Amino acid sequence: MRHIISILLENEPGALSRVVGLFSQRNYNIESLTVAPTDDHTLSRLTITTVGDDRKIEQITKHLNKLVDVVKLVDLTEGAHIERELMLIKVKATGSQRDEIKRTADIFRGQIVDVTSTIYSIQLVGTSAKLDSFIAAISGVTILEVARTGVSGVSRGEKVLSV
Amino acid sequence: MELLSGGDMLIRALHDEGVEMIYGYPGGAVLHIYDAIFNQDKVEHILVRHEQAATHAADGYARATGRPGVVLVTSGPGATNAVTGIATAFMDSIPMIVISGQVDSSLIGSDGFQETDMVGISRPIVKHSFMVQNPEDIPTVVKKAFYIATTGRPGPVVIDIPKDVTDPAKKYPYSYPESVKLRSYSVPSKGHTGQIKKAVEILLAAKRPILYTGGGVVQGEGSALLTQLAQKLGYPVTNTLMGLGAYPATDKQFLGMLGMHGTYEANMAMHFSDVVLGIGARFDDRVTNSIAKFCPGAKILHVDIDPASISKTVAADVPIVGSVVSVLEEMLELIKLSETKVDSKALELWWKQIEGWREKDSLKVIPADNDVIKPQQVIQTLYDITNGDAYVSSDVGQHQMFAAQYYHFDKPRRWINSGGLGTMGFGFPAAMGVQLAFPDAVSVCVTGEGSFQMNIQELATCLQYQLPVKIVCLNNQALGMVKQWQDMQYGGRYSHSTYSESLPDFVKLAEAYGHVGVRIEKLSELKQKMTEAFAMKDRLVFIDVLVDPMEHVYPMAIKGGAMKDMILSKTERT
Ligand SMILES: Cc1ncc(C[n+]2csc(CCOP(=O)(O)OP(=O)(O)O)c2C)c(N)n1
Ligand SMILES: [Mg+2]
Repeated sequence: MRHIISILLENEPGALSRVVGLFSQRNYNIESLTVAPTDDHTLSRLTITTVGDDRKIEQITKHLNKLVDVVKLVDLTEGAHIERELMLIKVKATGSQRDEIKRTADIFRGQIVDVTSTIYSIQLVGTSAKLDSFIAAISGVTILEVARTGVSGVSRGEKVLSV
Repeated sequence: MELLSGGDMLIRALHDEGVEMIYGYPGGAVLHIYDAIFNQDKVEHILVRHEQAATHAADGYARATGRPGVVLVTSGPGATNAVTGIATAFMDSIPMIVISGQVDSSLIGSDGFQETDMVGISRPIVKHSFMVQNPEDIPTVVKKAFYIATTGRPGPVVIDIPKDVTDPAKKYPYSYPESVKLRSYSVPSKGHTGQIKKAVEILLAAKRPILYTGGGVVQGEGSALLTQLAQKLGYPVTNTLMGLGAYPATDKQFLGMLGMHGTYEANMAMHFSDVVLGIGARFDDRVTNSIAKFCPGAKILHVDIDPASISKTVAADVPIVGSVVSVLEEMLELIKLSETKVDSKALELWWKQIEGWREKDSLKVIPADNDVIKPQQVIQTLYDITNGDAYVSSDVGQHQMFAAQYYHFDKPRRWINSGGLGTMGFGFPAAMGVQLAFPDAVSVCVTGEGSFQMNIQELATCLQYQLPVKIVCLNNQALGMVKQWQDMQYGGRYSHSTYSESLPDFVKLAEAYGHVGVRIEKLSELKQKMTEAFAMKDRLVFIDVLVDPMEHVYPMAIKGGAMKDMILSKTERT
């Protein structure tokens, strides 16, 4: 099963490499990874999506917790949560396809953020699955470039990840 | 406040931390630090002859004393030479601080002379690491490093220090912190009482129980409590290779070591048990053999300070995260209060069964009839002449297993060996560290002619510091353990495991280094010559014992089998 693990990490040099290193060292895979400072500049928030059975995820979270730089973590997929990913996708937009792409982008609540006579750059926000479906929906179109941020998320309701 | 340079601060901080001795080797990036060492006399520095030996010596010191070992090496090759020793300590959870020099901060990243990314290289084999950015940070970093290395599940910590940070010309106010708090690092102490209760009830209701304990009991100073628990219950005990000495080996409740080269009775009792209480042991593959076939009828109770060790390989029915001491104390208390009493009838039957297995005498030594020495006889003799009371460090190979099987350790911290990484070259420098920690003790290194040549240069260190280590070399003229596997699995094709024509004359070699060398070739002279060697109390003696080169280590687990599946001799299996 796919899991989203969110981590509060000391904003120290080398901290990120310890987390990433742990995954490669123990043969766990990383599907996506996002990291940025939080409102507290001493902390970074890191979100990793990974795949594994319960046993494997338990090992992953235990080993992450052992890292001295990891302050706190939560497996968001254990409860109700919101996940978002942002994608910038650059496509060839000529002839009749221009309208069709625009319509599809509208349906997915995407925005065309850059235009030339032959190209659209579209910004799309949503779950990873939604971004995947958009790509599937424009299957006839030539995709020139895809830049995705990876998943970020928070728990629903009162539950927070903080120190 | 006193003003000190970064180099002086480092050495002062070590002293304030209670460090009496460090092991190291100088070089460009640590010259300021070496000057700081020169200018004081509180922290003693031991000059080894190879940085790997510095780490193993510090490791041996730590294993024997329970205090962290401290290493100082230069950048680049000094740091990389230390890597094997750091990994060795990491695998066996040994507290160690490794201070490595680094090029000037301004040169980092420029492929400067002797620059290597030590924090990066050591990342997977340390508990944590620091790169010191400012001299003022040195006291706090040192405090944090020791705190992390010695608490929870111990392990090595690297402190990488750029040369400019120790500049003697720049001075800063020094004070050593009393304590440190790390918001991201907490140490589990007491186990969950509900879980411990549950475990105790299962343990008391057991019909065929066994206590399986590992290095965590030694490291966690839990031997006395383990002994109390075992004797209160009357249950059998087995130790892992790392756990030997945690329970007195000469006690009748002790079944010997378990696992790949464990005794028949220990492995059989594990397999047929109904409750396994694992304490400070990690159910590693050298113990369990096939996980799918592991202890099919047993409930698993697992006590460990490291949550990640629990249910890593074998799923625990009752996991307990906590320090050995706190959990064992609570268990003993709960046993006193419990209504459930040990099922003495069942236990009697269980012991009867175990005695039956014991009768097999799986460690029986069959003497050769032509005065040839069996390697096992060397360890037996060693045990006799040292009254079972020596510190025994070992290298890796057949000799290591023979030492583990035939030297009966009654006390913890006496058996010093690289169990997790299996590092050839570990034994001799580790024995130096032990001797430096306990100058009056008997420090023995049981080695093979292969392993010994991996840190042979330390003979010079022993001369410099007058370390009367006794080296017992089980010379089978081969990489015996490799050869054994080639005998058993590769049709006796000895691919690069023999070298009898090119062995050095170890006696002359020892003499060249200013020590005493003794060669023993006949069983009839074994005891007397060894006794004479050990009588030379203030000399290093290299005892080169020519042993039967065809001997194998038995019992041996059958690959992919259950714990009950063993090869017992060249002709017998279970
Ligand atoms: C550094 C290192 N290299 C290789 C090995 C693999 N290895 C394990 S035992 C062994 C043979 C050791 O020979 P020796 O020290 O003579 O001991 P013996 O088995 O003959 O008693 C080897 C090569 C190892 N454990 N460590
Ligand atoms: Mg050998």
